[in-house]
Amino acid sequence: MQPIIEVQHLFKKFQDVTAVDGISFTVGQGEFFGLLGPNGAGKTTTIRMLYGFSPPTRGVIRVFGMEISRDWRKIKSRIGVCQQDNTLDPDLTVEQNLIVFASYFSISSKEAAVRSRELLEFFALSNRRNAKVMDLSGGMIRRLILARSLINRPDLLILDEPTTGLDPQSRHQVWDRLEKLKASGLSVLLTTHYMEEASRLCDRLVIVDRGKILVDGSPGELIQKHAGHHVIEIGGPDQALRDYLKAHHVAHDDLGQRIILYTPDENDLSAAVRDNFCHEQCTFRSGTLEDVFLRLTGRELRE
Amino acid sequence: MTAIGNTSWRFIKVWKRNLVTFQKIWKVNFITPLLEPLLFIAAFSLGFVGIVGNIRYGGAELSYPAFIAPALIATAVMNNAFFETTYASFVRMYYQKTFDGMLATPLCIEEIIIAEIVWSASKAAAAAGIMLGVLGAFGYVQFPYGLLAIPLAFFGGIAFGAIGLFFTGIIPTIEMFNLPIFLFVTPMFLFSGTFFPVSNLPLWAKPLALAFPLYHLVELARMVCIGRHETVPLLSIVYLAVFAFLFTTLALIFMRRRLIK
Repeated sequence: MQPIIEVQHLFKKFQDVTAVDGISFTVGQGEFFGLLGPNGAGKTTTIRMLYGFSPPTRGVIRVFGMEISRDWRKIKSRIGVCQQDNTLDPDLTVEQNLIVFASYFSISSKEAAVRSRELLEFFALSNRRNAKVMDLSGGMIRRLILARSLINRPDLLILDEPTTGLDPQSRHQVWDRLEKLKASGLSVLLTTHYMEEASRLCDRLVIVDRGKILVDGSPGELIQKHAGHHVIEIGGPDQALRDYLKAHHVAHDDLGQRIILYTPDENDLSAAVRDNFCHEQCTFRSGTLEDVFLRLTGRELRE
Repeated sequence: MTAIGNTSWRFIKVWKRNLVTFQKIWKVNFITPLLEPLLFIAAFSLGFVGIVGNIRYGGAELSYPAFIAPALIATAVMNNAFFETTYASFVRMYYQKTFDGMLATPLCIEEIIIAEIVWSASKAAAAAGIMLGVLGAFGYVQFPYGLLAIPLAFFGGIAFGAIGLFFTGIIPTIEMFNLPIFLFVTPMFLFSGTFFPVSNLPLWAKPLALAFPLYHLVELARMVCIGRHETVPLLSIVYLAVFAFLFTTLALIFMRRRLIK
């Protein structure tokens, strides 16, 4: 089957900075695909090129089998974009925002009214349809931007950090709606730096850093491969533990005040650590995508 | 660089978006063109007439208010169009990120730019229409020819809207619009044959006034409102058309450079 998105050897340079450094990936029909990476990794730059906002320096982008450089108008009419910034019209009401936006897609005002009613219902905004955007909470604004990105009934939804800055309640509400959309078979490209979000929603993901793809796989595969199912965090490690780990060639990260062990399953090693080295504080937990992310992109600050 | 070939009738959708927001505050928007001419006429007929007397212009004796009335329409066109595509467009572009949102739809940057300029001209034409009614009620406009001031306002509005949007394309912060206003708008407001005939200026200053687009708009406004002019109207039309074309092109180049990275 033809992929929804095909990206080959994509580059983007700004003056002397290379924001996207030769990435390639494909997104299949009905797939929920994640583009993960720390701040400045090139995520937003990549998706801006995907929806025709910014021209690539080099490389091929095909969406729905069409070239973005030539068929940008056709492609843009079939995708929905939920941008990171709030680009709503503050002068207009909630409903007017949807109806005016629909007109950019040449949707008749009658049809736009029907769709906006449905979308406001879906995103639990019906009772605020006549409210001014300025009076909405952060969570409502985000839901309205999401609703707006679906007004053209897109075949591909592009989400750029859809839950950044939301409280846990709002975030879970957005996730719940996104899961419903996923179940309906919509193809989605998501960028995020919330690993929990990516684990929960993505069928497959890539982790990018400094414009390059580091790994590619399903959340489960990546955890298995790069973190292991079991993780032990040991507070206040002593030299004996360090020697033990060295002698037994155990995968671990030494953070000074804390050592993190990665093991494929419950085994003699975990028992040995539990019995001999847990002086202060020991946490036994499952491996997460966050472990994978930090192991691959490093722990130092990016900004 | 610019892809003007991209532009289609779709720019009308952006124009309509501006109309929808304009309607939200239309009462406020209509107060200025309604009251401004009254204020000027009151000030000049009450305070000035005794000092200035009549003005010789285009081979006729005109009372001072009759002389400035068409110029008031022309300056309103300049202000409406220029302020719309500077402050208002900058707010839409920079603070509200309206254009970013539009660029995620089948619209392209050229359509947005054309729509902003055409919208500013439409707003200028609406203001001119209202002022025409007010000034006409005082007998300062000859009808029906005076009605031509409305399409003329739209035409002039394109020229001033285009140069405004060009500044929006290059200005780093919104405060810096003070500069083109001080260096471009204010001198034009004073020296474009608005408050005194350009023929009164010393010889060296005349070419300067002739380079001002507002001068040509004032001339054309007097022609349609009171049937008097001192330049060749066709030259003024050509000058404004060239000015509008040039700055629309520059606005397209610099706005694209600013927004598309």
